[in-house]
Amino acid sequence: MNFPAELKYSKSHEWVKMIDDTTALVGITDFAQSELGDLVFINLPAEGDAVTKEESFCDVESVKAVSDVMSPVTGTVAEVNSELEDEPQKLNEAPYEAWIAKISDISDFEELLDAAAYEAFIQK
Amino acid sequence: MKLIFEKGAPGQHLSLMPPCDVPVVTPKRPRTEPLPLPHVSETELTRHYTALAKRVHGVNDGFYPLGSCTMKYNPKINEDMAALPGFTQVHPLQPEETVQGCMEVYAEAERLLDEITGMDAMTFQPAAGAHGEFTGLLLIKAYHHHRGDTARTKIIVPDSAHGTNPASAVMAGFSVVNIPSAPDGCVDVEALKAAVGPDTAGLMLTNPNTVGIFDKNILEITRIVHEAGGLCYYDGANLNAVMGVVRPGDMGFDVIHLNLHKTFSTPHGGGGPGSGAVGCKEILRPFLPGPVVVKGESGYHFEKPEHSIGRVKDFYGNFTVVVKALTYILTLGKEGIPEAAKNAVLNANYMMKRLKEKYTMAYDEICMHEFVMCLEDLKEETGISAMDIAKGLLDNGIHPPTMYFPLIVHEALMIEPTETESKETLDEACDVFLKLWDLAHTNPQALHDAPVTTPVRRLDEVGAARNPVLRYTTE
Repeated sequence: MNFPAELKYSKSHEWVKMIDDTTALVGITDFAQSELGDLVFINLPAEGDAVTKEESFCDVESVKAVSDVMSPVTGTVAEVNSELEDEPQKLNEAPYEAWIAKISDISDFEELLDAAAYEAFIQK
Repeated sequence: MKLIFEKGAPGQHLSLMPPCDVPVVTPKRPRTEPLPLPHVSETELTRHYTALAKRVHGVNDGFYPLGSCTMKYNPKINEDMAALPGFTQVHPLQPEETVQGCMEVYAEAERLLDEITGMDAMTFQPAAGAHGEFTGLLLIKAYHHHRGDTARTKIIVPDSAHGTNPASAVMAGFSVVNIPSAPDGCVDVEALKAAVGPDTAGLMLTNPNTVGIFDKNILEITRIVHEAGGLCYYDGANLNAVMGVVRPGDMGFDVIHLNLHKTFSTPHGGGGPGSGAVGCKEILRPFLPGPVVVKGESGYHFEKPEHSIGRVKDFYGNFTVVVKALTYILTLGKEGIPEAAKNAVLNANYMMKRLKEKYTMAYDEICMHEFVMCLEDLKEETGISAMDIAKGLLDNGIHPPTMYFPLIVHEALMIEPTETESKETLDEACDVFLKLWDLAHTNPQALHDAPVTTPVRRLDEVGAARNPVLRYTTE
């Protein structure tokens, strides 16, 4: 399983890629996609939505279940990756390229882990 | 196999239709093109559905331990009663005085189910369980709003709940507060205390819960919610384990839905319409959907409750389902109802005890009507998942248990044998489960290949979910 060193990770299995101090891309980790199994649907947030750290901002559906995706940050949805609506399998195939949303005006973060700490966290 | 639309040829039709005995009228806007109906003879029609029936597996075909679904045997006497002309040759718009018998069915079913659940009133309008949840939540909302309290916007749901609970809460306009389960799978009382407040509209709970354990803190749980000003909703999904033994009303619940199609032996799933009857305490009676049946001096009549939330379904719900449920209750009686619950619990514990020899239980303690196995270790050792075991069961004539649910257990298989299975059937099923466990170690490929005896092999579930084809089109 792959956890790029340049990303930060949440304990609820999202990754965060900072673009500048208050803007970031958010997606789900390799571990998350592997646990969820083949994803068949994503319910994306709307651009302009306010998101709050540790609260659900999106949901994904596999053949097993629907799961919430939690926002690792507090901010505003600036852009969503609408390609995922037609091709949710990209979340499985390339979880770190398949960003879900770009969040801007970030005012708060949950406690994020670096790659090594996240890897240790999921081993538990 | 071909769809009914793909069979036959233009001009073929059913020849045994009786002559039309009502005046033929020409509609104001007549149809310009004929409906694309199948053109098949009666023989073809019969063969088509018989062929379909041969390909399915129902409780009449074999063991069906689908956890949380209570796939019990439906006594055939229920069908006899529901087919009586007095119940089938009626129209919902007939005058009340001509359908007193049907209205008595509602009144009697309400009286007996109120007694079984500890409720004061009941509506039979909701067509199924989730519809009942939605109705019950609207009652809670109406209750708070009627008191002028509009700040109660949140419904608390434990993380082990059925997915319909949070979905129904959102549909009813609430937001959902998820609380984690304690390590024993029950409600974490401290987490509940932290979650309640002046914004709490209510709590939704099953008891016994989704992992088949009776929450021993139930009285404290409902007290915490009541003290915070909220109401308690009982999801009747698991009532089969306790019917006639303990009553949700006595546990402190204010509103409940029953799946008559689970607990009270009426056909389930594709087998017929459901019924998600909703019972409530006196405080919620004025808000019930209308009309309700009321007994007056000159017989039964329909009445709309004072502050009714309105209709949730046209007419009075799925009537013949209520006839079947009433038949079941009267057949079993005061002794039979708790006996059925106790046998459901006994059967589940018997299977759990036998399967524990090899399988890992998610919660290794006395269970209620169902139990959850965790196949994570089997998957690690052999590569055989819960899905593979389920497919292996198909080759042995057993409908798989509920899989990958509840979400808090990984590689879950959730088994609910119900009370209507004999010890011999349970033993045969246990032998199959244990044999498959051995096969996972000796020849895992055989399980990866399963099923081999079914009309279709492994279905492309991902393809079906990503590119669903939901209806036949002529194009």
